Amino acid sequence: MHDMSQQAVQHHAPPTSFIRKYIFSLDHKVIGEQYYGLALLAVLIGMVLSWIMRIHLAWPSAPIPGLELLSKNGAPNGVLTPEYYLQLMTMHGTIMVFFVLTTAPFAAFGNYFLPIQVGAEDMPFPHFNMMSFWVTFVAFLVAVAAFFVPDGPPLSGWTAYAPLSAVGKAAGPGQGTGQVLWALSIAIFCVGQLLGSLNFITTTLDMRCKGMSLWRLPLSAWAWFITSCMGLTAFAVLLPACILLILDHVAGTSFFVASNLVINDQLQPHSGGSTLLWQHLFWFFGHPEVYIAIVPGMGVVSHVLIANMRRPLLSHRTMIYSMGALAVLSYMVYGHHMFVSGMNPFSSLVFSFPTLIITIPSTIVVLIWLGSLYGSKLRINSASLFAIGFISMFISGGVSGFFLAQPSIDILLHATYFVVGHFHLVMAVAAIFGIFAGTYFWFPKVTGRMMNETLGKLHFWLSFVGAYCIFMPFHYLGMAGNVRRYSSFVDDYLQPLMPLHKFITVAAIAMGVAQFIFIYNLFYSRFKGKPALQNPWEATSLEWTIPSPPPHNNFGDRHPVVFHDPYQFGVESSTGDYVMQDSPEQIQSEGDEK
Amino acid sequence: MAKVFAITLILIAIGSAIPIVMHTWYPPVDISTHGPLIDEQMSDTMAEAGLSFLASQILLAIFVWKYSDRAPGAKIGRFPGGAMGLVIAAFLLVGTEVLALGAFGARAWAGIYFNAPTPDSMPVQVQAGQFAFYFRYPGPDGKFGPIHPDLVNEGSQNFFGTDPDHDADAKDDIVTATLAIPVNKEIHLLMHSKDVGHSFFVRELRVQQDFVPGLDLSLHFTANKIGKYEIVCTQLCGLGHYNMKAYLEVMSQQDFDGWLKQQASMQ
Amino acid sequence: MATTIHEPPKVERSAGKLRAEGVSGDGGWRNLSPADGDIRAVQDYSSPPASTGIWVGITGISMMFAAFTSALVVRQGSAPDWRHFILPPVLYANTALLFASSFSLEMARRRIAAFMGGTRNRAERPALWLHITLGLGLLFVLGQYTAWRQLSARGLFVATNPSSSFFYVLTATHALHVLGGLLGLVYVIRKLNAMVLRRTTLDTAARYWHFMDVLWLYLLILLWVKL
Ligand code: HEA
Ligand code: HEA
Ligand code: CUA
Ligand SMILES: [Cu+2]
Repeated sequence: MHDMSQQAVQHHAPPTSFIRKYIFSLDHKVIGEQYYGLALLAVLIGMVLSWIMRIHLAWPSAPIPGLELLSKNGAPNGVLTPEYYLQLMTMHGTIMVFFVLTTAPFAAFGNYFLPIQVGAEDMPFPHFNMMSFWVTFVAFLVAVAAFFVPDGPPLSGWTAYAPLSAVGKAAGPGQGTGQVLWALSIAIFCVGQLLGSLNFITTTLDMRCKGMSLWRLPLSAWAWFITSCMGLTAFAVLLPACILLILDHVAGTSFFVASNLVINDQLQPHSGGSTLLWQHLFWFFGHPEVYIAIVPGMGVVSHVLIANMRRPLLSHRTMIYSMGALAVLSYMVYGHHMFVSGMNPFSSLVFSFPTLIITIPSTIVVLIWLGSLYGSKLRINSASLFAIGFISMFISGGVSGFFLAQPSIDILLHATYFVVGHFHLVMAVAAIFGIFAGTYFWFPKVTGRMMNETLGKLHFWLSFVGAYCIFMPFHYLGMAGNVRRYSSFVDDYLQPLMPLHKFITVAAIAMGVAQFIFIYNLFYSRFKGKPALQNPWEATSLEWTIPSPPPHNNFGDRHPVVFHDPYQFGVESSTGDYVMQDSPEQIQSEGDEK
Repeated sequence: MAKVFAITLILIAIGSAIPIVMHTWYPPVDISTHGPLIDEQMSDTMAEAGLSFLASQILLAIFVWKYSDRAPGAKIGRFPGGAMGLVIAAFLLVGTEVLALGAFGARAWAGIYFNAPTPDSMPVQVQAGQFAFYFRYPGPDGKFGPIHPDLVNEGSQNFFGTDPDHDADAKDDIVTATLAIPVNKEIHLLMHSKDVGHSFFVRELRVQQDFVPGLDLSLHFTANKIGKYEIVCTQLCGLGHYNMKAYLEVMSQQDFDGWLKQQASMQ
Repeated sequence: MATTIHEPPKVERSAGKLRAEGVSGDGGWRNLSPADGDIRAVQDYSSPPASTGIWVGITGISMMFAAFTSALVVRQGSAPDWRHFILPPVLYANTALLFASSFSLEMARRRIAAFMGGTRNRAERPALWLHITLGLGLLFVLGQYTAWRQLSARGLFVATNPSSSFFYVLTATHALHVLGGLLGLVYVIRKLNAMVLRRTTLDTAARYWHFMDVLWLYLLILLWVKL
């Protein structure tokens, strides 16, 4: 265990060498940007993969130029083989869930802004923090390496169900080396995120500046704190699961592989393993993971909305309690992924009730947002648009989750595109919109320049409409019985659905292309954007009390002292309708909630 | 801008509801005796969740319309009822909705899983393997010959690894590639996986159940409409997953008996 | 609309206060380098993060072993192929070693405490007990290694039977964590020799080390019951 102040002191004097400053930096801000960069890189790969999948699904025989370069036998003259489709799908899911949705909203924004929002100079364990990123980066390299091994990446989906994922090459292309690399990558990733969570939790508990009581933390900080608590427990379960999976591969153990399996007439050497064990371990992690993806989004969206609504939420604490309730419940519901998996049908019912109950805190969150919008003075800009978009998408995706939550209906919808539609609305759109909202909102603080609003709004419109065009139809496909993880649709009843698939593909490519507006905006504004003030949005939390971009040790030698709740908007004060958290000014206001 | 957003959102919300109300894409008609409860559950949920969906989306649109870009002087309005009101509303509305649907759903679920097959139900064994289903009828003796994994061999068509020469029960077993069943007769489906996880999904039958390697589950259902339906695999099982399928043929009793005889003669 | 004067509430954590008031010299950051090379001159504004952090870490590690445990229980129930075997006796010796090491670490702690508190003028080689702890820790890991050797000599390898698989997995994972603890101790000794050791550093390392004992005791009982 490091004694942090040691680093803190080194920290005081900014590093000079390029390496220490930008590569192996101990500065939480640099690490945050590194995480963001990784997420951006990952999302682009994931996006291109999704295009390839979409094109193949709509026009199965259409050659995709240049694809044979990626894998000669995976895509002979550009046409995907069934197995290669599954391999790309697996990588799409893996990259998106782990390297985009866990890194960007949580690790990237959290690293950059959590210490600032609590009024600290840095995280308590900068070395762990640096390790956290580089370990994650290695995990990413290992995952991507799977593309380049002979058989290519695994085809067992991001859920890597055993025994398909555990019996090795026999089960299909990519199930040998590819699958081991996958498990290894995820195991490494877990280590990285555990180190990260350790820092986040201690930062929130111990690094708060004077006057920053827990209730005075901004909602984004609360969201990261809650998320890190989930991360600590969830990744600590996935890690052992991956270790056991790797052993089944390389050491010939039988944790997950049952007896008497015959794969192309070969009796498998394993015996007695439990097929459901993997599913239990994976989903015990898996469901908290999806909340790890969305809760930071909730925090960021609240944070962004409040500043743009010029009023605090109806209730700061209710919001926090609800996010906390989501976190706690997320451990009791994981079985809803296994309703028809052969788990005891009674447990299906047992798991379905908390799953239904979890809609209550979610509803409260949504209603608090709506109720706060009522009578507010909403400022429309890219950030607030994406925040509102998040709410809309979360409602839609959440409601479709409500169908899946009922075992009796899940019989019809499980493993169909209804599920795919559900989780894309909440993850691929809502959570991503959270990232966008945060990006447009905090960009000025990070770079000292404003992002281009016109491009931002254009990006929003194309993404918002595009996303609904892609992911709503998924639900219809699902209800019509379109099974997921099919590399092409040969079943009789799927033929009538092809037009819808074609429509989705077109929409997907259009929306994907629209993302380049964002990326262009990101890089253009970074260098050419118009200079930003210290507090362009007239927001109140601590990150807006320091220059943009923030100096190396955030607050200089000043020690912020906090006098107010995080969101003192809609008040009369010398600065206008808001009071900075650290301004000693006394004001007429609701005051701290009792 | 805000007004455009509000209109767009309302259009999207209503637009997405239309195909559902029109049943443009919808589960096919149910052919099972346990199905009606499920379909009822589906439509109830559709109604309640659908309303919640429309209500919340439209509220969002209206608020964005009304409360954006207001005059600098405008006052911040207080939401009637405040947070507490909303929390209570959430608990009452969603709470009751959840409990009601949960209870009905449990009934539907129990109808399928929580009752043993009747003694006179007809046993059929289904084996899933990469990438095909095979079905086995016990024959006159009503007994299945034991499975010898080491004997399983696609090449010699011994899909179940039976050993007729040594075990008597196996002699009269009838192995087929389609699942033919008599209408209005309860079927007791014994599910066995040869290799990895698979799943047995017949949309019309309102049945979906995974095959668990190393753990033989059973399922029972009664089909009440004659016809030919698709059985598909819904558990990712490898490169052939997408066309791992078979057919379910629901026949009149005499058609079925004829069919079974003919299959037996082909063994 | 009640009028409330917004006063900064009492800061519950000493760290916050110290830093806010900038007690220690350079801009509020705790001063580490001893004024005149004597660590007794160093006021110890120990940082709570280290002590909170260790509890967070312990939670994570416990969670991980909880997962392993449930995996073990499920796997044992999933098939009749579970083979019981006698644990290699050397494990009990190792247990003794590990506990001894905790004892010696406590000795070191008391020495150093006394020394820092200035109740003793000369350090009675406070590092000695730390070196002993280090040695015992290493012996423990070696002991575990011999346990593996004995098992494989009995023909029980990782893949032989689920029970042996879990034995190797659990003991190896624990051994890795012990090695981590040893690195921590080395770090402590380096600090001590440089006369810049801080109490929290020592306490944190110690807490982790004692947790390794508890964890091992738990594993031993688990294995003893299940294998
Ligand atoms: C960000 C990620 C995220 C989030 C937030 C959620 C949220 C929810 N999910 Fe989702 N889910 C996933 C990601 C996510 N899910 C993923 C990735 C999968 C698939 C994994 C795989 O198989 O590959 C999945 C799969 C999945 C399943 C398994 C389906 C199957 O495989 O058969 C189920 C079943 O219960 C489920 C349920 C829910 C529920 C009840 C919620 C609830 O939390 C939603 C609550 C929110 C609302 C309800 C909306 C707001 C409330 C209102 C507007 C009030 C009125 C509404 C009602 C009363 C209905 N999800
Ligand atoms: C975050 C998660 C995420 C995201 C963003 C996406 C995005 C998309 N996904 Fe993906 N998808 C998954 C997670 C995600 N998906 C998962 C978990 C699966 C399951 C895999 C499995 O079954 O094992 C899956 C499966 C899946 C399938 C089903 C495959 C099958 O079952 O056969 C399909 C089919 O159309 C699909 C399509 C798409 C499309 C068209 C997009 C488009 O929306 C892509 C457009 C691009 C974006 C919306 C991203 C834009 C963001 C940026 C440009 C930068 C943001 C900034 C930073 C990250 C810093 N996805
Ligand atoms: Cu068999 Cu999918
Ligand atoms: Cu879930």
